[in-house]
Amino acid sequence: MARHGRIAAGAALLLAAAAAFVLPDWIISLATIAFANGLVVLGLIVLWRAGLVSFGQALYYCIGAYAVALVGRATGVTDAFLLMLIGGAAAGLVAFVVGFLLARYREIFFAMLSLALSMILYGVLVKAESLGSTDGFSVASPTFFGYAPHQEKLLMALYWLVLAVCAIAAFLIDAYFRSVSGALAMPVRDNEIRVEFLGMSVSRLIHTKLVISGLLAGMGGALAAFAIGHVDPNMSYWTTSGEFVFITILSGAGSVVSAFVGSLAFESLRSFAFAMLPQLWQMLLGSVLLLTILFLPQGLGSLVTRLRWRRKAAAP
Amino acid sequence: MFNRESSLAGALKSSWLLAALLGAAIFPAQAQNASTIKLGIVSFLTGPAAAPFGIPGRNGAEVLIDAMNAGKVPAPFNKIGFGGTTVEAKYIDETGSAANVVTEFRNLVQRDQVEAVVGYISSGNCLAVTPVAEELKAITVFYDCGTPRIFEEKPRAYVFRVSPLSTIDNVGAARYLLAKKPDVTSYSGINQNYAWGQDSWRDFTGAMQVLAPKVTIDKSLFPKLFAGEYGAEISTLLTSSSPVLHTSFYDGDLEAFLYQEQARALDKRMTIIATTGEAAIWRLRDKMPDGTIIGARGPFGPLAPDSEFNRWFQKIYTDRYGTPPTYPAYQMVMSLLGLKLAYEKARKGDTKPTSDEIAASFKGIEFEGPAGVVKLAIGDGHQGIMGTAYGIYRFNKAKNEPEIVDIMRFPAECVNPPAGVTADDWIKDGMKGAKC
Amino acid sequence: MLTAFAILIDGLVYAAYLFIVAVGLTLIFGVMKILNVAHGSFYTFGAYGAATAIGIYFDRGWPDAGGFLLMALLAMALGLVLGLILERSVMRLVYGRDEVVMVLVTYAAFLILEDVVILVWGAQSYPTYQPLLAAGNTAVGALILSNYDLGLIATAALIAVISWWALKFTRYGRLLTAVIFDRETAAAFGINVTAVYTITFVIGAMLGALGGAIMAPKIAVTLGIGVEVIVLAFAVVAIGGMGSIEGALIGALIVGICRAAAVHLVPQVELFVIYGVMALVLMIRPYGLFVRAQPRRI
Repeated sequence: MARHGRIAAGAALLLAAAAAFVLPDWIISLATIAFANGLVVLGLIVLWRAGLVSFGQALYYCIGAYAVALVGRATGVTDAFLLMLIGGAAAGLVAFVVGFLLARYREIFFAMLSLALSMILYGVLVKAESLGSTDGFSVASPTFFGYAPHQEKLLMALYWLVLAVCAIAAFLIDAYFRSVSGALAMPVRDNEIRVEFLGMSVSRLIHTKLVISGLLAGMGGALAAFAIGHVDPNMSYWTTSGEFVFITILSGAGSVVSAFVGSLAFESLRSFAFAMLPQLWQMLLGSVLLLTILFLPQGLGSLVTRLRWRRKAAAP
Repeated sequence: MFNRESSLAGALKSSWLLAALLGAAIFPAQAQNASTIKLGIVSFLTGPAAAPFGIPGRNGAEVLIDAMNAGKVPAPFNKIGFGGTTVEAKYIDETGSAANVVTEFRNLVQRDQVEAVVGYISSGNCLAVTPVAEELKAITVFYDCGTPRIFEEKPRAYVFRVSPLSTIDNVGAARYLLAKKPDVTSYSGINQNYAWGQDSWRDFTGAMQVLAPKVTIDKSLFPKLFAGEYGAEISTLLTSSSPVLHTSFYDGDLEAFLYQEQARALDKRMTIIATTGEAAIWRLRDKMPDGTIIGARGPFGPLAPDSEFNRWFQKIYTDRYGTPPTYPAYQMVMSLLGLKLAYEKARKGDTKPTSDEIAASFKGIEFEGPAGVVKLAIGDGHQGIMGTAYGIYRFNKAKNEPEIVDIMRFPAECVNPPAGVTADDWIKDGMKGAKC
Repeated sequence: MLTAFAILIDGLVYAAYLFIVAVGLTLIFGVMKILNVAHGSFYTFGAYGAATAIGIYFDRGWPDAGGFLLMALLAMALGLVLGLILERSVMRLVYGRDEVVMVLVTYAAFLILEDVVILVWGAQSYPTYQPLLAAGNTAVGALILSNYDLGLIATAALIAVISWWALKFTRYGRLLTAVIFDRETAAAFGINVTAVYTITFVIGAMLGALGGAIMAPKIAVTLGIGVEVIVLAFAVVAIGGMGSIEGALIGALIVGICRAAAVHLVPQVELFVIYGVMALVLMIRPYGLFVRAQPRRI
């Protein structure tokens, strides 16, 4: 099952990478942003498996993006790999620090405290007039180990970078889910005390998950900053976090791949709704979310799992 | 949990669903019509900025494009559509994150293959779209956002803005205030706590510093955007001794603030300067305090110079929407007219001009529209300069309609920075070279 | 002295606003453990309902009191219908699911209802200032206070007293307290939990709509007013303790006074006040001010 899954995921990855040659630019651009957001969603899935939902994931997303933009602006560094690592590390560090506080919280209080923290960052950025306040500022085009592509080539390079990061992240997180620490997520969600009695520290487990999710969100933010070419404080606003939670529910926590399937589906749906119903797109989004929750309780990701099921059934 | 047959069928069905969804998102209405010119019009159609700006802007586009397609716009804009070809507009909502806005911009240019995009109200969105527009070589005309940063950060090739900079709002307000109330000794301000409010307050205080260095600032308040409840701010202002209040609040917030302050008679103690007030007068009517100093972000609406063109536009707009056009509608119309002229100038024979050709003919263009003369004089010929006007609001009970009296006009060179100087530096260095 | 007085009054007015907005939310959370995002929609519908009522009633020379009554009644009727439809058709299907799934269901409902507003009332905004200006004002020293604001404080106090009385001294209130305390035991004692849920949700919806109706005259009734209210109400409720009415009251007072003090003394920090207070309170008391510690199940 696992092997089949990995082969299928690998094939899907190759297909997605090859698609860059055939699909028009705007789809590639849409997919780049969707997959970058998928990293954030993946981090939320890590938390959700342990029963935690963060309404403030935008904090790390925004820190990743601003780290890229600020370091780029201050030092002139444009290397995508370096900046991305800086973005991820900055967000991971913040997650590590606030983790000492957040790891003690559960349920709605966890959600609300993370929301408060992200809103405080929002306030700070709005006050920062030298950073353009709510208007934000632009991010220089990235380079790749000295290679400085433009236009379509930049778009493709960025798309492949995002794909590669997503693939590595998915692989590592999948391995994490199979590890003892990762596998304990469900027991933590069901009953923490029993986990403690097994001799595990629940708060350390959760702290680890927080750092992982912060790291992923920071990388997602860094990549999104490249893809959009602009950062603004809205990246830290609670509606941004809400959107990530929305995508997480749409995706389902079933597998690591679902984060990316869900994110792509959401971006496509949103874009479709904007084009078709300029004034009533929220209604379409809301209806799809509602129908998903009612009729696909495991999320869109479960479609993928079911497809795999089908393939397995067809094989002798 | 579930039996195999039904899950198979379910998987099959749901995978079709997913495929259909993605497909639908990717190819909505790809039908191309070679005999029309497609334009993307982006404006707030939902959310709090829709009613004051987004909808009037869209209405302005609708009514003008229909008139253009019928060839009814006064000369020299009387050719059908753009140079004889009818124009078809696709309207898109501006609501959403910078990522959404940029994605939708790409979709317009690359998926829907529009010839040009006209739109954007939020300065943040304009700044986010600019590099993408440059990269895609897509002719883009910003219609309402006012930040000077767009053409100050870098020279642009394909991005234009006919509407004037937000600088003129506050420089004009300061000049008007000092002309009408030369004995003012201090002033206060209430502005929204985000880029627009902060920039407005910085420009206004900067201009006051230059023009009347002895006048002091008393209270400077920055409530949260869309706060809705201003009780504490009004109390603070009631305890202030300054006779003047500057605000760049716009519609929803402006309305809420004005209702709440009138319930507490603040306007009896302070004269309010509302730099965007004109957008709200037709709905506020007698609830806009008499004596308020009103701006329209340029010579728009009742502050537009009287001309046949202006009367024509006011009539077709009012006939269709039942309310006179406010400044966002004027800004949209001026932007579209500029684009039309540039397009027609670039067009040779029956072939559609390229982006480079349109950009070349757009650069430095000068024309007269319903709001008077505009010239793309700064930002390397990409940014329009217009004069501005301020006046005093009064609700005419006899005619039962709002009016603006005591209008003072400031020529373009009086309130705009000269070419090559950033707006911030120009104000800081004493607004040198201003010709009033 | 004047500033201190102003801070107190402004704080009370803001607290009244927050309490009126948050009380329905905390009720639903206390009983049903649902963080109801659609609360923003109830608020919006209440405000638009009040705007409609004002359009019908005012400027006709009829007595103002009737107008206030009509506003409140129309808004609560809208809340009743909306709450009933939502609970019966959607919420019922997801009871017992993950808490976050239920949040998302209400979020979906919120998105849909936002556009229903556009379909019903259009995108324009509605002026509803008549009751606010009709109420007049009172001068206290240099300060001029709006009578409507003073009425707002009285209304909030009234709602607080009524809900306290209803929870403590009515049959339904005691049933509710039993369900809040322990749903399973309450069900085992023969309490019809489903009916309690329906009634609670509808009351919560009506309170949300009432909040919108009361605030409508002070604001421009326009698109997007619900979004701002949701997160404000969440913050107040989280500070006070989810599901506690007295908590919502105290939370609203703390935020109200802090915000008023900030505006008067250090306007630069106004933006941070609510979230700063919320983070601080949650750091000291992780479950909010007024919530007893949950027993841990083994």
